[in-house]
Amino acid sequence: MQILITGIFLGGVYAIIAVGLSLQYGVSRIMNLAVGEMLVAGAFAAFWFSTAQSLNPYLSLLVVIPVAFCANWLIYRYLLLPLVRRAKTRGQLEVDSILVTFGLSFTLVGIFLWAFGGQFFNYSFLSVPVEIFDSRYGQNRVLAFAIAFVVCAALWIWLNHTRSGLSMRAISVDTRAASLVAIDVEKSSNFAFALGGAIAATGGMVLSTFLTFDASIGIVFTLKALVIVIMGGVGDIRGAIVAALVLGITETVVARLIDPGLTLAAAYVLFLLILLFRPQGLFGRAQT
Amino acid sequence: MKLTQTDVWRGVAILLVFFVLAWLPAVPGADGWLSIVVPITMYTVLATSWAIFSGPTHYVSLATAAFFGVGSYTLALGLDSVPYPLLLLMAAVLGGVMAALVGWATLRLSGVYFVIFTLGLAELIRQVFTWYQNNMGGTRGSYVFTDFTDAHIYWQLLALALLVYLVGWLINRSRLGFAIRIIGGDESVAKHSGINVAWSKIVLFMVSGSVAAVVGAILAPRFVYIEPAMAFNPQLSFMVVIMALLGGTQRLWGPLMGAIPFALVWEIIASNFPAQTTLLMGLAFLLVVFYIPNGISGVVLRWYHQARARQGVNHE
Repeated sequence: MQILITGIFLGGVYAIIAVGLSLQYGVSRIMNLAVGEMLVAGAFAAFWFSTAQSLNPYLSLLVVIPVAFCANWLIYRYLLLPLVRRAKTRGQLEVDSILVTFGLSFTLVGIFLWAFGGQFFNYSFLSVPVEIFDSRYGQNRVLAFAIAFVVCAALWIWLNHTRSGLSMRAISVDTRAASLVAIDVEKSSNFAFALGGAIAATGGMVLSTFLTFDASIGIVFTLKALVIVIMGGVGDIRGAIVAALVLGITETVVARLIDPGLTLAAAYVLFLLILLFRPQGLFGRAQT
Repeated sequence: MKLTQTDVWRGVAILLVFFVLAWLPAVPGADGWLSIVVPITMYTVLATSWAIFSGPTHYVSLATAAFFGVGSYTLALGLDSVPYPLLLLMAAVLGGVMAALVGWATLRLSGVYFVIFTLGLAELIRQVFTWYQNNMGGTRGSYVFTDFTDAHIYWQLLALALLVYLVGWLINRSRLGFAIRIIGGDESVAKHSGINVAWSKIVLFMVSGSVAAVVGAILAPRFVYIEPAMAFNPQLSFMVVIMALLGGTQRLWGPLMGAIPFALVWEIIASNFPAQTTLLMGLAFLLVVFYIPNGISGVVLRWYHQARARQGVNHE
């Protein structure tokens, strides 16, 4: 039971990052391999708020969200949109965007290393135990899960019950058909990319309240987020949330019962199973 | 297969170049800069074999470090009981088998799945290996004691480079090479013309995996002491990709044009500003995609064709 709840808490935080990436890949068609660096940027901001300013790290969200949104908006507008326009095929765009976001990822890691150095960072926030079902959990983790729930729920409502959300879903189904029904695809894609980046940075801020991080940890979370997005089905928010919980629970089980060094291997086994048996994702329909 | 006269002359010229290169260690004072020449040769071999698969198919493979590590460990673990040449062969076979398995799981799907899978592959093998050694094997690292100097390693790499160029040239002229160029152009066209798409991709990936594993085995004696974090260093995969792309993957000699300048710049940055290497790698990726998408060899070829057009020389 304790393992299950810890796993769900962890999965909740993974879900924040994964829905951000899912939005970027589903709508903007960019496989953003720099998503982990957005997360690390959020974590550094929270760290700075908490230690240098002695403020509540959650206050940093007031800065993190708008800054990450603007930064990602600019990244899409000036780095990625030219590639979208240049690409003749979907495959060409995929290769280009993978290479550019790799470049972006390394550049950001380089800047983090330069600005903060290579050591590990952590700070203490709400590390007070709270009892659920006779077991103790850190309050910071419970709060993180609550934030994850709010983010995912808000995104869910926006995508399924508003007009602008509907146009996002239309683009993710078929870009060309969406532009036929008077949806400004470039503008919406840009917005989706920016929002996805802001969500990922929020995830990083939340994660930093209970996890030790360093400048180059982003790639680990990028990988996990990618596995989740593919497991959940590309562009499928509901699938991503379920897949994130599955990954969180699996990792916790493996870490507690076998070896904490094998968490990535566990994620990979899941990934492999999906690739072999359901490449379209948990809830995806087979492509005709 | 028919060889034209140009082919023969070209072959003789290349052999001559390799013959001259093989004398490098004999140059007085070579020991010092052989430590730069060996990595350059290594990266050239890796980047060329990478481009044999990834160039025509556009599947970005980040598995080089995984193959390299497996090769290194094959050598380290077998050195006491198995003769050296046999170990190189074993590394090649293991690399090929691994590539076949990875390819079978991922190459039938779109390129994104492949990139993601290979991205974590080195890290995955490292974790499993570390776990295995911690729980079953006892010690973490292994010592590799041989009598090899840098010169020996250099000669082996040079021989391997020659082999890679030969294999790459043969593939280009074979049905497989033709098939793979069609697949790279349009996969559904390839399927409709009766090409076994998955199989072709897997075979090429196996070639590139074998070569990387052999390079790992050859380089192992240079490390003396091998541990998982070093043998499976993911940075190697990215270095190889950026060098191949910088050089251009449309010609067999393209990656060479990327490996030499990038390895030199890398060496300079790493010794003067060791903290900035990641930044350099990132900027190099951005530069290549935005400004030289066909690589240095692409630029060279364009100049060459422009120069010929200006002189009014046509192909006969």
